[in-house]
Amino acid sequence: MSEQTLTLDDHEHHEHGPAKGLLRWVFTTNHKDIGTLYLIFSLTMFFIGGMMAMVIRAELFQPGLQLVEPGFFNQMTTMHGLIMVFGAVMPGFVGLANWQIPLMVGAPDMALPRMNNWSFWILPFAFTMLLSTLFMDGGAPDFGWTFYAPLSTTYAPPSVTFFIFAIHMMGISSIMGAMNIIVTLFNMRAPGMSLMQMPMFAWSWLITAFLLVAVMPVLAAVVTMMLMDIHFATSFFSAAGGGDPVLFQHIFWFFGHPEVYIMILPAFGVVSQILPTFSRKPLFGYHSMVYALIAIAILSFVVWAHHMFTVGMPIGGQLFFMYSTMLIAVPTGVKIFNWVATMFKGSLSFETPMLFAVAFVVLFTIGGFSGIMLAIAPIDFQYQDTYFVVAHFHYVLVPGAVFGIVAGVYYWLPKWCGKMYDESLGKTHFWLSFIGLNLTFFPMHFVGLAGMPRRIPDYSLQFADFNMMASMGAFLFGASQLVFVYLVIKAIRTGEKAAQVPWESAEGLEWTLPTPLPYHTFTTPPVFESKL
Amino acid sequence: MEHSPDEYYVPDQSIWPIVGAIAMFLMLGGTGSALIDLQNSDSISLSSSIIMYSGMAILIFMLFGWFGNVVEESRRGAYSAQVDISFRYGMTWFIFSEVMFFLAFFGVLYYARTFSVPWLGGEGDKGIAHMLWPDFVATWPLLTPPDPELFMPIKEVIDPWHLPLINTILLVTSSFTVTFAHHALRHGERAKIKIWLAITLVFGIIFLGLQAEEYIEAYQHLDLTLNSGIYGATFFLLTGFHGLHVTIGSIILFILLIRVIKGHFTPDNHFGFEAGSWYWHFVDVVWLLLFVVVYVF
Ligand code: HEM
Ligand SMILES: [Cu+2]
Repeated sequence: MSEQTLTLDDHEHHEHGPAKGLLRWVFTTNHKDIGTLYLIFSLTMFFIGGMMAMVIRAELFQPGLQLVEPGFFNQMTTMHGLIMVFGAVMPGFVGLANWQIPLMVGAPDMALPRMNNWSFWILPFAFTMLLSTLFMDGGAPDFGWTFYAPLSTTYAPPSVTFFIFAIHMMGISSIMGAMNIIVTLFNMRAPGMSLMQMPMFAWSWLITAFLLVAVMPVLAAVVTMMLMDIHFATSFFSAAGGGDPVLFQHIFWFFGHPEVYIMILPAFGVVSQILPTFSRKPLFGYHSMVYALIAIAILSFVVWAHHMFTVGMPIGGQLFFMYSTMLIAVPTGVKIFNWVATMFKGSLSFETPMLFAVAFVVLFTIGGFSGIMLAIAPIDFQYQDTYFVVAHFHYVLVPGAVFGIVAGVYYWLPKWCGKMYDESLGKTHFWLSFIGLNLTFFPMHFVGLAGMPRRIPDYSLQFADFNMMASMGAFLFGASQLVFVYLVIKAIRTGEKAAQVPWESAEGLEWTLPTPLPYHTFTTPPVFESKL
Repeated sequence: MEHSPDEYYVPDQSIWPIVGAIAMFLMLGGTGSALIDLQNSDSISLSSSIIMYSGMAILIFMLFGWFGNVVEESRRGAYSAQVDISFRYGMTWFIFSEVMFFLAFFGVLYYARTFSVPWLGGEGDKGIAHMLWPDFVATWPLLTPPDPELFMPIKEVIDPWHLPLINTILLVTSSFTVTFAHHALRHGERAKIKIWLAITLVFGIIFLGLQAEEYIEAYQHLDLTLNSGIYGATFFLLTGFHGLHVTIGSIILFILLIRVIKGHFTPDNHFGFEAGSWYWHFVDVVWLLLFVVVYVF
């Protein structure tokens, strides 16, 4: 980070700059600082989780057991999933929210700035705890990121206790972060900005934050019961005492399905900001976009058991969850339709943020389609726990959630650091990532349909070719993320000065602010004039 | 730094959040290793307890420091009406998250009673599970778990019409008394505030005492323990977490009482007081639900 050298040092002045020294980052209450911290943390976790993915793909490069012990392989898949979900994607979006929400709704900062700092600083400690399990007796958690009981209770390594407490810390952090966002959006909008005039990114985060406050406590509840089963001889997830291991799955997925929307809705928001800018047209169907978000959020509470078709459910349950899941595709379809309609007859240009956003629309849709295939109960019986599921959720998470974050960073980076990034490097990053991820995840559909099980370090010979392709794609994808790191550092150090509005026809309060941004913005609320 | 009163108060740097994060890390890390110690031997190692207790101590230190800051800022008049609204929204959503936490536990009780226990007894869609323990008879309260070797049978369950009923009366009454205290505060009758608040606090403490009494009775005479299958598990889970919340609520009431005695709060600026009373009402509502579904039915 280049230290800002503001010398406005007088204490009576509002526009004072950041404190000096490294401790500034520890004690800060400034939403911009905290946003930066979140984003750096997310990127770090993205690389740590990414290294684990590289281990997985290296082992699966060829059939047979080559590099790692099966037990360690299980630890890698588990930790990869947990770190990417809780360490990379969620903090990445919170970082974007911290930077952008106050700028976009005209607020001086987040509503509860000290708590905002706490939400962030819990995370490095939580992940230190989680990662330290790798060095403990019996190894790290090895029961999958979904940590089904009894694998995670009766048969778990001792480190599961630390895993539970790490999850508690992440949960506390997320709940506080989400509360802060809700309060900011309800209470701190610029005078004149009604809810129905908020930028789409703000709307998507309002709904996401609601989901977070609603389901993170449920996650806390389920890990608490695990802790009691392990250490206090209870029988929540043991049939011998009248409990049920399937109960674990119900509670986990009651959290888990809204959680997958938590990871995608903010990306919907980012894309809804970017597409209009580079299509030079307003967003198509603002109101229907908002209603679709709300519908998705409500429906996401009643679809959870589509993850459990094969555990044995009464037939009525199967049907209910099948139809409710397919119903979610309707509001999702509305969103995709509106994005396409936004671009339709627009005067498009393809700067890096737009490339990522367009790829998002196309590739996320592929993931949506495979989701609908999985939602059909009798068909899911074939696909459950195969690589088809892995292909599905990686299509929604990598070109979905991750591209959403990356697109947002490209789009707003010129405003944040006052410098332009190198456009051709950006395009290189995009194309390498695009090719890499399709090479990795597309073949997984085929091996999955042919029956290759997930979470197994070895496979039968007929899957060899596709797996080698996937591994090569993964290495390419992993390596191309280094381009991104280089690009960001280069932009901050030697980038050309960015204009106040770097994108032609970008709309929103954030672009009314000068570049480079002062440390405190909108200390007096701006006047908001509706364009609707 | 001077802030005009209508400007939203954005605090300067603060040391408390990082202290809180470190405290949480030590406390939970220490608790984790203490639990693992107990798994391996019968005692907690010195290092685990040092880490755990120092975490707790730092956490308490942090809470005093942080809230002390907030109280000081509030009394200095740094908070505009808008900040006050932020606090209100914040507290509301915090209580909502607590509701969801308890909802999951109530869901577990519902699932056990409607699905897993009847299934294990041979009824319903998954009644085939009966073949696991063919001698098992499904009842609720479930006195004898499917595998009585692993999970100990219960002699008898708590009678709702003794201690639990008294506790219900206590908590419901205390919800009223805290409201009386609030009214007194709004009318500036400071002596009355103290009395009503103290009564509320005493009720809370008696509640906790009776709850402890009930637990001792359960363990010593009824064989109702954490280890007695799903009935004991859900019983202690729900009443235990509720009791923890009453404890926290009582501590909050105690601090409010001290603040009232020190002359804090004015008839139109007392959000800390209101937040505490919201919390107390929440704890009360959870108890009512709990009394009905855990004890009575
Ligand atoms: C049209 C929308 C979607 C539908 C119909 C859908 C449906 C499904 C179904 C039925 C499964 C269970 C497959 C199985 O285990 O057999 C599944 C798994 C999964 N989905 Fe989706 N999905 C959709 C969108 C999403 C989105 C937006 C995300 C995340 C951003 C997501 C993330 C996941 C994940 C992570 C899993 C796998 C969980 C695991 O077992 O590890 N899905 N999806
Ligand atoms: Cu789902």
